[in-house]
Amino acid sequence: MIFRLNPSSGVPIYLQLMEQIKHSIETGALRAGDQLPTIRKLSEDLVMNPNTVVRAYHELQHEGIIELKHGSGAFISESVAGQARVTRKAQAIVQSALERLMSLGLTKDEARRLFENELALLRAETNSEGGKNG
Amino acid sequence: MADPVIETRGLLKSFKGLNALNGLNLSVPAGSIFGFLGRNGAGKTTTIKLLMGILKPDGGNARVFGLTATDASASVEIRRRLGFVSEEKDLYPYMTVEQIIRFTRSFFPKWRDDLDRRYLKLFDLPPKRKISDLSKGMRSTLMLLLGISHGAELLILDEPADGLDPVAVEDMLRELVAIAAAEGTTIFFSSHHMEEVEQIADHVCIIDGGAAIVTGSLDDLKARYQRLRIVLGEELQATIHWVDGAEHVRQEGRSVEILASRNVDAILNQARSLPGASVECFPVTLKEIFMEHARRN
Repeated sequence: MIFRLNPSSGVPIYLQLMEQIKHSIETGALRAGDQLPTIRKLSEDLVMNPNTVVRAYHELQHEGIIELKHGSGAFISESVAGQARVTRKAQAIVQSALERLMSLGLTKDEARRLFENELALLRAETNSEGGKNG
Repeated sequence: MADPVIETRGLLKSFKGLNALNGLNLSVPAGSIFGFLGRNGAGKTTTIKLLMGILKPDGGNARVFGLTATDASASVEIRRRLGFVSEEKDLYPYMTVEQIIRFTRSFFPKWRDDLDRRYLKLFDLPPKRKISDLSKGMRSTLMLLLGISHGAELLILDEPADGLDPVAVEDMLRELVAIAAAEGTTIFFSSHHMEEVEQIADHVCIIDGGAAIVTGSLDDLKARYQRLRIVLGEELQATIHWVDGAEHVRQEGRSVEILASRNVDAILNQARSLPGASVECFPVTLKEIFMEHARRN
């Protein structure tokens, strides 16, 4: 599995790792039952803090995406089996939304900025809620 | 949570009337990789010397493993339980790698032969080479190996990446995470390079003018700090009074930029309630946080 992280971005590294694992599941690079690298291996390969890997794995377990089996490692849960299908459905939604935006005369860049902006706002809200609870 | 491995309260130290440390508060959680970040002359090395019991503070206190660092007998105990990689990297130049390992081993009853062999191989150190013939990076690596092999629970590194080329820096960082992952050792390292700290630290303290200006978990800091760009529907004549947490507000015509250090949701809500406003939100890098505070001081 190949992950690329950007430590200097303002996005916490554990979130970046979670995103990339989820993306790998969506694209089918990781499938239900596949084993993820051990915490030690991943932290050495990516030169990242082992506690950060632990945090990403725990959050993914919490979301039901992976299962941590004591002593044998982390595995993609069976529950994500339908994930690729959901992704294809979502792709269709995004495609039609994009077509409608284009028909309003928006350029690709304008559409991308709108998406990114909405996502950033969502992220800020989740983050600040997380901060309150934590 | 377990007691912090390192804790300082209101640490004061001055040299010839100049304040090197100005009431430093520090708390290093057990098992963390802690990045101690600051410009040259910010007080990093002075802090480390106080922790090691090499210097005495003028006020405040420093505890390592819960022991008072300034107490002479406690300091011996502290030094036995930590490994230190200094900026000077001064080892005995005439010894070979394996000679210094054997030499250091004799001082530590809890020496771990398995670890010195494991890391000698993992870190690719040439056993027969003289220390004087080692590169700067290899010398740091050797000091790390000595520290970890005597069973250190805490590694303190003073600017470990200073003077290393980018490849050697990456090797050093990889060695540190390998040790942290395998042994659970707490690692406290000072640096004036943002990137090294961001890459491997989970906790940071930014020191400036001898005091901590930002400290905490790196993930929390990144979540707390956000940059908002607001475009107003119409130009406002009066200045907007933002809620607590809006650190740095720049208002130019219909554009407003805010650096939020907390209460992001409250600031967002306020921004959205302005007539005709569109709001964008961006993550803030550690470098931006540092620059923001350094500018203010």
